[in-house]
Amino acid sequence: MFKAVFILLALSCAASVGIAQEASKILGTSALQQIEGAGGGGIVPWATIGGYGSEGEWGGAASAGGVQVSDLVLDAGGVLIGWNNRVEVSFMQQTLQVNELSSGPFDAVIQQHIYGAKVRAFGHLIYEPWPQISVGVQQKLNLNPNIPIDVLGADSDRGTDIYVSASKLWLHALAERNLLLNVTARYTNANQNGLLGFGNGDGSDYRWVAEASAGVFLNHHWAIGGEYRQQPDRLASVDESPWWDAFVAWFPSKRIAVVAAYVDLGTVALWDEQRGGYVSIQITN
Amino acid sequence: MRNRVLINRVAGCGLVLFLAGCALKPSQQATLYDRLGGNEGVTAIVDNLLYELAGNEKLIGFFEETDINRFRTKLIEQLCEVSDGPCRYSGDSMAKAHSNMTLNRSHFDSLVNDLIAAMDANDTPVAAQNDLLARLVPMYDEVMHPQKYLSDADQY
Repeated sequence: MFKAVFILLALSCAASVGIAQEASKILGTSALQQIEGAGGGGIVPWATIGGYGSEGEWGGAASAGGVQVSDLVLDAGGVLIGWNNRVEVSFMQQTLQVNELSSGPFDAVIQQHIYGAKVRAFGHLIYEPWPQISVGVQQKLNLNPNIPIDVLGADSDRGTDIYVSASKLWLHALAERNLLLNVTARYTNANQNGLLGFGNGDGSDYRWVAEASAGVFLNHHWAIGGEYRQQPDRLASVDESPWWDAFVAWFPSKRIAVVAAYVDLGTVALWDEQRGGYVSIQITN
Repeated sequence: MRNRVLINRVAGCGLVLFLAGCALKPSQQATLYDRLGGNEGVTAIVDNLLYELAGNEKLIGFFEETDINRFRTKLIEQLCEVSDGPCRYSGDSMAKAHSNMTLNRSHFDSLVNDLIAAMDANDTPVAAQNDLLARLVPMYDEVMHPQKYLSDADQY
């Protein structure tokens, strides 16, 4: 897993050197590679196009991170490329493992690959009075579908999420600080974002879910905020609850971003009260 | 009786304090101009911005035929006026000033970066920086699409 992430990071560094002439967006507005690879917060994809590429420019990011909650560990690493502040393509690899003592029938590793694309439809995050609106798609492929399908009764090992996001950064908005709000509507059948397969065996399938993020830039380099992500709760065998997080993001320069969060994933498969930490490091251009 | 006097006094004091508070409030609210450091601060920010622009390959080409001294004077005036300082901007409209330039968002981003760097170099507090940027960003449309505004003006 970590080998794969390092290879991705190395590739991305090479790529970002190649395209690193100009990247003009304001510090912090590159956003982060969220858990599924899209530019956004920690768990929610935003309308922002990842990286610092403004109009006519390339941007990119590579990230490595993980979530550790009571009984589960999720590693995630990926890359994204943004062009013209218009189009973003991304890839993310996720690996879910159950802590040894909690494993039971889940004595296995579940890997997932997520290919993403996003297009900014209209608006600008900062300069225009209306929000920036983007439309995105995430093609998810679960590489270890035996447990989701045979044990939990999921319908499929793959699914395609479609989402619409609206993001806006208000300058001098809250206690004289800059405030970012994002709302996302997602059409999905992904159980625990696909790690537990897609849909339920009886055919109950896609539904719309709501996601939201709010963040405040305390200064140029530090932001704090929180996120909410509804889940489709399609599996008949186990419950699925919304995800929450509270994050601190640090942008020491346009090259590096670090985010740390407290996450509450609620009930995941056999385990409830899955709370813990999330950390991700991103190299950005 | 004594109680009533006491109540009156307390009420009177309260009223005096309330009115004093009202009277004091406006003078306690410094303008953004003050928070940017007044004339000295705004001048320093503009000079820092000129240094940033001089080293900005993306933007320097737009200033080839600019009278830098005039640009400096007008920009100081403009930032002073925008920040509620005691000035009147006497330069061209944003549409006229940018009418011969083909600008895209990367130029606007680049200028914002330079302005932030200029304020950082002058130790302008983040709150005042955000306030100034929030007052300048509404000019975005006129800067980016000057023809729209010029043709409107021509009609009058």
